[in-house]
Amino acid sequence: MLEALRNFADTYLMWHEGPLIWGSDALILLTVIGIVAVLTYFKKWGWLWREWLTTVDHKKIGIMYMIAALLMLFRGGVDAELMRTQLAFPGNHFLDAEHYNQIFTTHGTIMILFMAMPFIFALFNIVVPLQIGARDVAFPFLNAVSFWLFFFGALLFNISFVFGGSPDAGWVSYPPLSELEFDPGPGENYYLLGIQISGIGSIATGINFLATILKMRAPGMTLMRMPLFTWSVLAASIMIIFAFPALTVALALLLLDRIAGTHFFTMLHGGNPTMFVNLFWIWGHPEVYIVVLPAFGAFSEIVATFSRKRIFGYGSMVSSLMLISIISYFVWVHHFFTMGAGPDVNTFFAIASMAVAIPTGVKVFNWLFTMFQGRIRLSLPMLWAIAFVPCFAIGGATGVMLAVAPADYQYHNSYFLIAHFHQTLIGGVVFGMLAGMYYWWPKMFGFKLDERLGRWAFWFFNAGFYVCFMPQYALGFMGMQRRMYVYPADLGWGPLNLVSTIGAYLMGIGFLFIVAQVVYSIRHGERDLTGDPWDGRTLEWSLPSPVPHYNFAAIPTVTDRDMWWVLKNEGRTEDLQPKSADLKPIHMPKNSGAPFLIGVSFFVAGFGFVFNWWLPAVAGLCGVAACLAWRSFQYDDEYSVPVEEVMATEISLGRL
Amino acid sequence: MAHSAGKYIFGYAASLVLTAVAFGLALTRALAPGPLVLALILLAGCQVLVQLYFFMHVTEGDGPAFHSAALVLGFIFTFAVVLMSMWIMTFHSQVA
Repeated sequence: MLEALRNFADTYLMWHEGPLIWGSDALILLTVIGIVAVLTYFKKWGWLWREWLTTVDHKKIGIMYMIAALLMLFRGGVDAELMRTQLAFPGNHFLDAEHYNQIFTTHGTIMILFMAMPFIFALFNIVVPLQIGARDVAFPFLNAVSFWLFFFGALLFNISFVFGGSPDAGWVSYPPLSELEFDPGPGENYYLLGIQISGIGSIATGINFLATILKMRAPGMTLMRMPLFTWSVLAASIMIIFAFPALTVALALLLLDRIAGTHFFTMLHGGNPTMFVNLFWIWGHPEVYIVVLPAFGAFSEIVATFSRKRIFGYGSMVSSLMLISIISYFVWVHHFFTMGAGPDVNTFFAIASMAVAIPTGVKVFNWLFTMFQGRIRLSLPMLWAIAFVPCFAIGGATGVMLAVAPADYQYHNSYFLIAHFHQTLIGGVVFGMLAGMYYWWPKMFGFKLDERLGRWAFWFFNAGFYVCFMPQYALGFMGMQRRMYVYPADLGWGPLNLVSTIGAYLMGIGFLFIVAQVVYSIRHGERDLTGDPWDGRTLEWSLPSPVPHYNFAAIPTVTDRDMWWVLKNEGRTEDLQPKSADLKPIHMPKNSGAPFLIGVSFFVAGFGFVFNWWLPAVAGLCGVAACLAWRSFQYDDEYSVPVEEVMATEISLGRL
Repeated sequence: MAHSAGKYIFGYAASLVLTAVAFGLALTRALAPGPLVLALILLAGCQVLVQLYFFMHVTEGDGPAFHSAALVLGFIFTFAVVLMSMWIMTFHSQVA
């Protein structure tokens, strides 16, 4: 009995690996106990179920996405700090090779798929329906399904750390290394299934927001009157719909190789590992634009608002968004120029890659021209937007260097590349999402985040960023390759690596300031009583903060771009105030437990497949089928909010 | 006929049959490699048509402009991905 327990602990809980695992186990256990105890003590289980787990309200789903993204930013950030600690000195043995492999794999996967993706989805959910004058997304139930698939996919991926072992073949997980023969054990299966489950949710989100934007706009809001953030979501949704299936196929085939004995990507029996690389980047390159375009959209809103000017060149902003989303499909080979596909192929994809700089450049100049002669306020969202411009410009310039195929043979997989993509993804996506979070935070919660702590966070994170990544460009030129866990002293990489590590710690301190800022502001943050704390331009700022669950008591009629700004200038803001005579009962979707249960079922099924345990695998899939069948026969899934309730809510908000 | 159950059932059955035939051909290697690939591509084309006609209702949409634009974009991306992947793979990139 004791022997069996020890065996279990060593095989699945990896207790022989030492304090890092024991510490994580203890922390996870304490957190779980803490959450359960708090919920039980304050009798909040019912509240949790009714208000959050079963909600189909886009605003609450957006908030849950954002919390998940911040938690994953923490986890991915801890991975980054561990890596930088290991690399700080030559010949260091803080981590061993196997741990280092696992940590860079989970860092990359988490940051892209479980941090950047939920962060953009958070803003999609919170902002888009409010900006286009809608009461919810086109498919609220599907929206909840998307969230719970993301949530349980991320949970499945993260649990690998303490149960069975983390994936360790890199976030790109190329075969043949990621095939069963060279990488046995559950780690890679966790990677494949975790991403696959959350990927289904991502495709559904793309479809949902495409339909929402095309079909649910308020009367009078033509496409060319749409706010630019909504335009960026439209572009990102189109890319999600066309790009994610390639990832789904690549991961599914690799999973079949690993658990069903097929040979799609093996070295033997006619398998072709390079086809995985090809499929992965058919998704992978559009993916980076999927995460960065919403950031561009957020910057467009913020720059216009805080310069108190209309955005410069709206038409060219729209066309460059659409152009980027099309060109992004024709650049994927630049991730593997060195595969040796020949000069014709490499030349085509090199030129296409460089062409992306043109519409992106148009956007950067438009932001600068919007600021030109504007009355700029340096509030937190604008600070991050301004910091983004030089950061992204350098990242873009080094991107064009990497796009030169012959030169790429030098830079490929060196720290030059690492510095480049961190500069575009942090400078673009993270800065953009943080700017968007600060900007729309009052709309979500009814208070602003504290300015003083936010400035500390901003300067630590920004200074830290350059201290961390500028040395890495040089290290790349000096020959340092990505994914090496140790290097000898005589190569002379020590000093720059130490500087880089110091920068990473500074960024970590910046993140802690953001945490402190959120905690402090919950009590002491400036309350937003007007619903329009930044003197905004678009429809969401015409609503009170936080927004009532039905959003608009009366659907507005749109006659101009920047509708709210125009009304304020003309002194006609009461046009958007509801009139008691016009109020009608409001149709809203009912909450449902099915999306959460579908997520749980997928989690159980995924867990079964990870270990080739067929009982939970089949049980989980049956659970999914049962939930779908149950939902198919739910005809009574809407209710109507009576006029009296709408009127009471609006009166309590002082709008009637 | 617009949204009748019969149409869905026929479409569902057709897609299952097409999948089963393709899978069977590949598994049993009933044909030489060249003709086999051709047969699989033809079956895949039929599958696309079945999906578009029976499930996505291409012939009965309300906004034709909208629909056909999306469809054209989809075809552009599909052909770009498939043909360019073949192009990329022809340049001695086979590792095996």
